Amino acid sequence: MIKATINKVEIEVPEGTTILDAARKANFAIPTLCRHPDLTPGGSCGVCVVEVEGFPALRRACMTQLEKGWVVSTNTARVRNARREIVDLILSDHDADCLTCIKNGRCELQDVARVVGIKDVTNQGKNHKKAIDRSRVALVRDPNKCILCGRCITVCSDIQTVNALTLDGRGFDTSVSTVLNQGMGNSACVNCGQCTVFCPVGALYENSQTDEVWKALNDPDKHVVVQEAPAIRAQLGEEFGMEPGTIVSGKLHAALRRMRFDAVFDTNFTADLTIIEEGTEVVDAIKTGRSLPIITSCSPGWIKFMETFYPHLRGHISTAKSPQQMFGVLAKTYYPEVKGIPAEKIVSVSVMPCTAKKFEAQRPEMWSSGFQDVDYVLTTRELARMMREAGLDLKDMPDEPADDPLGEYTGAATIFGATGGVMEAALRSAYFLVTGRELENVNILPVRGMTGVKEAEVPVDGLTLKVAVAHGLGNARKLLDKISSQLAETGKSEYHFVEIMACPGGCVGGGGQPWGSTMAQRARRGEALYEEDASLPKRRSHENASVAVLYEKFLKTPNSEKAHHLLHTHYNARSKVDGKVVKED
Amino acid sequence: MDREAIVKGFEPQLHNILYILHELQDNNPRHFVAKEDIEACADYLKVPYSYVHGVATFYTMFSLTPRGRHIIRLCDSPPCHLMGSTTVLDYLRQKLGIDVGETTPDGAFTLELASCLGICGVAPAIMINDEMFGKLTPDRVDGILEERRKGV
Repeated sequence: MIKATINKVEIEVPEGTTILDAARKANFAIPTLCRHPDLTPGGSCGVCVVEVEGFPALRRACMTQLEKGWVVSTNTARVRNARREIVDLILSDHDADCLTCIKNGRCELQDVARVVGIKDVTNQGKNHKKAIDRSRVALVRDPNKCILCGRCITVCSDIQTVNALTLDGRGFDTSVSTVLNQGMGNSACVNCGQCTVFCPVGALYENSQTDEVWKALNDPDKHVVVQEAPAIRAQLGEEFGMEPGTIVSGKLHAALRRMRFDAVFDTNFTADLTIIEEGTEVVDAIKTGRSLPIITSCSPGWIKFMETFYPHLRGHISTAKSPQQMFGVLAKTYYPEVKGIPAEKIVSVSVMPCTAKKFEAQRPEMWSSGFQDVDYVLTTRELARMMREAGLDLKDMPDEPADDPLGEYTGAATIFGATGGVMEAALRSAYFLVTGRELENVNILPVRGMTGVKEAEVPVDGLTLKVAVAHGLGNARKLLDKISSQLAETGKSEYHFVEIMACPGGCVGGGGQPWGSTMAQRARRGEALYEEDASLPKRRSHENASVAVLYEKFLKTPNSEKAHHLLHTHYNARSKVDGKVVKED
Repeated sequence: MDREAIVKGFEPQLHNILYILHELQDNNPRHFVAKEDIEACADYLKVPYSYVHGVATFYTMFSLTPRGRHIIRLCDSPPCHLMGSTTVLDYLRQKLGIDVGETTPDGAFTLELASCLGICGVAPAIMINDEMFGKLTPDRVDGILEERRKGV
C-alpha cells in the first residue's frame, strides 16, 4: 500500500494503482474517452490529464501509476482548461450532426463534452470529409464520426485476433482502415461486431434492416414470422432501463405481437433441434471413428474466422446449421405445409444478439427452402429502436408464450446464449442418445463461467468424453492451435467435442447487443440464462414435444436425408487478405 | 521480382520490417509497396497484413500507389520555406501539370513533399531519387527536369 494526496485528500491504495483508479476510489471522477475497463489502456485521447507536483507536464491518469507521496490535482484551472481544449480539438474535426447519429443520447463523446463544459467549438480548422464504408453487409464504418481512440483496433487485434482493422496514415490524416483501404467487406473481418460494442461514438454500427422489416409488416400480402435468439431475453430489458440479466422472454413475445408480426416463434425451438442434429452427429462420429473433435457451428463469426484462419479444420466442424438458419428453412418449408400458407408469402425475420448473423443469412448456401431462408436479421439494438418507434415499453408488456409449431423450448435451448451452453445442452442429450438413460444431474458446471478456455470430462458408459469450450476468438485461437498441433503430430486430438463462440461471454456478449457492454455485464446476462434454464420444467432438448412432432411429421429421423438437405451445410476456405472464398480444385 | 528471395535476405524478426519494406519497394519497378509486397512481408514476419499496412502508411517514404521513374521530394521545412520553396513548388506543379502526391501521365515524375533534407545552407532544396539539388530557381528546375527526362 502507498500513501498519496489527491486534491488535498490523503489516500492509501495498493502499489500499481493508476491515478485514475485511485481518484475514483477517493470519489473524484476524471472524464475519459478512450479508456474501456476491458481493454489495455492506450492513453490516446488525453482527456484524463491531471497535475502532479514536481512534473512540469500534465500526466494521463489512465496510464500513470500513482507513487508514494505524490500530490495530485485533478480539478485545477490548468487541468480543466487542458481537458476542454483537448475535447474542443476533437470536436473541431468531428461530424457533430448528433440528432441524426445512431449514438445520439448514448454517445460517450456527448457525455464527455458535457462534463468538461464545452460551450462552443473555438478551434475552427480543416475538416475531413471521408467516405462511409458500406462494403460489409453486417457493419457500417463512418470515419467522420471516428475520434481515433483505437478501441476498435484493440478489440479486433487483442481480444479477437482477427486484425482486420489498422490505423492508416499519420498525424491529422490518420484514420481507422483496413488492409490497402479496401473496406471491411474486403478484409479478414468476421462480422463479430465487437468493434461496434466498444466504439464510444457512432463510427461503427450495424447495417440496419429496420426499414425493410417495417415495410414487410405493413404489406398485407406478406406473412411475417419472427424468431428471437436465446440471448435476446437476457438483455433486451437493458434497453428499457431494466437491470442487466432480467429475463424478458414472455414480454418479448408480447411486444413482437403488438408490432404486428403474424407469428411469433422462438429460435430456442431450433436450438433444441440443433442439439438433436449436432448431438446425433457427435455420437455417430465417435461410433464410426470419424476424426475428432467435432466443433460446434452455431456462431457465424467463428465460422468465418475458421474459414479464414483454420480452413484445415473444416472437416471437424459440425455440418449442422445454426439455430437461426434451421429456423429459416423450417419457416419456409414445414410451417407453410402445416398452415397451408404459400411459402413465397412468408417473410422470415430474426432478432439476434449478433451482427455476423446478417452475413450468415446472406450466404449463398442458405437458400435450402428455395428462397433466402432468413430474409432480415435485426440486432437487439435494432429491435429496441423499433419497439420505441412503435410506442412499446418492454417493462409494461404482459408475459406471453411463443406460437406453435416453432415456439416450444427447453432450458437446454435457453443456455445456448451463454458460453458453454451449447456444450452443456449437447451433453445432456448425447448422454441420453448413447445410454438410453437420462443424465441425473443436468448442471455441468465446469463448462460455465467466463474463463477463456474451459475443459471438462464427462463419463458416459465406460467412455470418458473430453470436451473443451472457448469464447472470444483470441481464446479460440489458443485452443485451435493446440488441437491443430495434436492432429498434425499424432493424427488425434485429446478432445471429443469442442464449443467455440466468437464473442467473449458467448451470444450474451454479442456484437449486436446494447452499447457499452462490459465483461461484468456479459457474465451477469449469462447467469440469468442459467436461471431461466433452472426454472423451466423441461431442461433437455430431446424432451421438446414440438421437435418430436417435427421429426414425426416432416424430417423423419435425426440426420435423415431430408434433415441433411435442409438443416446441414458445408464450409469454404477464405483468403486472409480480403476474406473472399478461395476456389479449390 | 522474386519477393521470397528479397525477404529472405533479412532475419525474420520484427525489427527488420522497415528494411524489408524498403527493399521490396526499391525492387518494385513502379517504386511502391504493392499488395503482394505487404503479403510477402507479413507472411515472412508472421504478423497480420493490417500491421504491415499500418507501418507502411505511417512512414512517408513508402507509397501504396505506383509512382514514376523519378521521385521528386521538395523540402517542406522552415529554412526552405524562408528561401522560397513555395515558389519552387508552384513552378513544379505548373511545369509537370500534377499536384503533390501525383505522377505525370508519362510515368516520368512523382511529386512529393519531404521533411528537412538537411542541406539548409543551399535552400530551397529538392531530392530526386537519391540525388540532392539546392539553390533552386525556376531556370535551374527546368534544366534538372530536362536532364532527368532524357536520362531514361
